[in-house]
Amino acid sequence: MTSSVSAASTRVRVLAALDRVIDPELDEPITSLRFVRSVEVDPDGDVRIALRLPTPQCAPNFAFLMAADARNVVRPLPGVRQVSVLLEDHYTGDEINGALGRGEGFTGAFPGETEDDELEALRELFQRKALIARQSTICEALLREGATPEQVLAMRVRDLPDRPEARRGLELRAALGLDTGSDAPAFVLATGEPVVVDQLQRWLRMARLVRTSLEANGGICRSLLQARHNLADDPEEVLR
Amino acid sequence: MYEKNGERYFIVDSHMHFWDASPENWVKGQEQYAKGWIDCFHAYMGLGPPETHWPIEKFMTYSEDDFVKDVFEDGGVDVGVFQSTYLKEWYTTGFNTAEENAKMAAKHPGRLITNGRWDPREGKAGLKQLEEDAKRYNLQGVKLYTAEWYQGSRGWRLDDEQSKPFLEKCQELGIRNIHVHKGPTIWPLDKDAFDPRDIDIAATSNPELNFIIEHVGLPRIEDFCFMATQEPNVYAGLSVVVGGLMFARPRFFAKVMGELLFWVGEDKMLFGSDYGIWEPKWQIDGFIDWDYPDPDHDEFSDYPRLNSDGKRKILGLNAAKLYGIDVPKEFQLANGAGAPAAQDDAQLVESAAG
Repeated sequence: MTSSVSAASTRVRVLAALDRVIDPELDEPITSLRFVRSVEVDPDGDVRIALRLPTPQCAPNFAFLMAADARNVVRPLPGVRQVSVLLEDHYTGDEINGALGRGEGFTGAFPGETEDDELEALRELFQRKALIARQSTICEALLREGATPEQVLAMRVRDLPDRPEARRGLELRAALGLDTGSDAPAFVLATGEPVVVDQLQRWLRMARLVRTSLEANGGICRSLLQARHNLADDPEEVLR
Repeated sequence: MYEKNGERYFIVDSHMHFWDASPENWVKGQEQYAKGWIDCFHAYMGLGPPETHWPIEKFMTYSEDDFVKDVFEDGGVDVGVFQSTYLKEWYTTGFNTAEENAKMAAKHPGRLITNGRWDPREGKAGLKQLEEDAKRYNLQGVKLYTAEWYQGSRGWRLDDEQSKPFLEKCQELGIRNIHVHKGPTIWPLDKDAFDPRDIDIAATSNPELNFIIEHVGLPRIEDFCFMATQEPNVYAGLSVVVGGLMFARPRFFAKVMGELLFWVGEDKMLFGSDYGIWEPKWQIDGFIDWDYPDPDHDEFSDYPRLNSDGKRKILGLNAAKLYGIDVPKEFQLANGAGAPAAQDDAQLVESAAG
C-alpha cells in the first residue's frame, strides 16, 4: 500500500471519529454543524484539522472543549502520528491553539483565569439537558403512536426503539454515569430516577422547553455560520 | 405609531443602541477585540432579511439621520429605550455610553429614554456614580452585564451581598427597571454566564423593581422560563428573539414564542429591536402579521394563541406601563391591561420544583 492510499484511508477514519465530537451546548456533532472546515492527512500520518465557529466570539469554553475533544478522538486512531487542531478566526484562537499544541487543558490556554473542573461541570450540565431533550422526543413519539403513559414508563432500555435519539440518550446516560443496562428504566430524570406516571405530563412539558431552547440555539448557530461563510442553505431545522 | 392594514399600533422599542464602533474609536492595542465585537454584531445582522443588511462600514457608525429614518420614520417607534453599553476597554470614548445616548435623546424630547448602568464591584464609587447618573439622565432604568470581567473578578450575581446596596439605591432613586443581559456573551470563559437563577432571589427580595431579562436568557430559555413563571416582576426582553429568529428560523421562532407565551405570558413580554443590529421596521411588520406557521400541527397546537391585543401589549403597551409612558387613548386596550400571566403554570412549576 502506498502512503497516499493509507493517508486517504486515515482521513476517512478521522472524519468518522470527528462525527463523535459533540458541540456540548447543542448536542450535535461538529461535523453536521459544519464546524470542521478541513481535514488534511500527510503521507507520514500527520493530521491537520481546521475548525471554524459561527462567530469569532463564540464562547471560548465550548470552543476549547470541541477542539480538545477533536484532538483526543483522532490521536489514538491507527495510522495517525501527530494531530494538530487549529481553531480558525476566533478571538481567543491563539490562546486555545497554543494550549492544544502543548497538550494542555483549558487552564493552559488562560492561566489564572479558569479551572478545568468548572469546564467539565459545564459539560455535564449540558449533557443533562440534552438527555432530557433526547428522551422526551422518543417518549412523545411513542405516545403519539398510541402507547399509554403506563406502557411507556414501564419500558426498559432494551425496549427502546433503534432511533438516533435513543442511541444518543444512552450515550449521554453513560457519560453521566447513569445506568444503561438493558434492565434499567427507559426514561429517567437527570438524577437517574425513573420518570413516574404522575410526573409524565409535567416532565414532557419541561422537556419540550429544553428541546426548544437547544433547537433555537442550534438554529442561530447554523444561520450565523451560514451567513459568515456564505454556505449553501442548510434545511435542517429540527434536532434529529 | 406603526400603521398596517388600517390598524395603528403604539410602539415602544425597549432595547436599542446608537454606537460608535469606527476604527478611530478603537483602543490602541485592543483593535482585535474592538473589531471582533462589531464583526460579531454584524454577523447577527445577517439573520435578518437580505434587503435590510448594511455594509460593515455603515454598521460601524450609522449616522443620526439613519437612526431617525430607521427608528422613527420607517419603524414608527413612538418611544425608544437606549441600553447603554460602555466597553471602554475596547472603545476609546465607549461603544454606546449613557452620555452619548442622552445627547441624542435631548434632540428628540419625549421620544427616547436613556438607561444607565452599574457594577456592584465598583463599591462606594459606583454608588456615587449611579446617583450622579440618575440625576443627570433622569434614569428610570439600567442595563446590567453580570458576566463582565472586572479587575480579576469573573462576573457577579444579582443575589450577591455587594449587589444589595445598588438595588436599594435603585429603589431610592426611582430606577424601577433593571434590564439584565442574559444572553449571547463572551466572558467569562468557564462559568455559565447565562444562568439566570440569581434574578430569582433578587426579584423576590425587590418586589418594587422590574427585572427585564434581555434575550430571554438565550441560549438558556428554559432556565429563564422556569424562573420567570414564578416571579411576577420578571419580564422577557425579546431583543434578539425577534431579530435573530423570526426571519431566519421561523419554526424555531414560533416554538420559542409558544413557550414564552405559555410560561411567561403576553403581559410580561417586551419588544426590543436591538437596533442597529436590526432595523425595527421589518421586525414590527412581521410581528404584527405573525402566527404559528402551522397552528394545528402537533408542534404548535397546544401553545397559547397571540391575538392583536396581545401583540399591542408586546409591541408597546407593556413597556409603556413599566416606563410610565403616556399612551394616547386611541391605542389603549378597551379592557385594560389584562390578567397576570400564567398563574396556573407557575403553580405547576412550583409543585414540580417542590
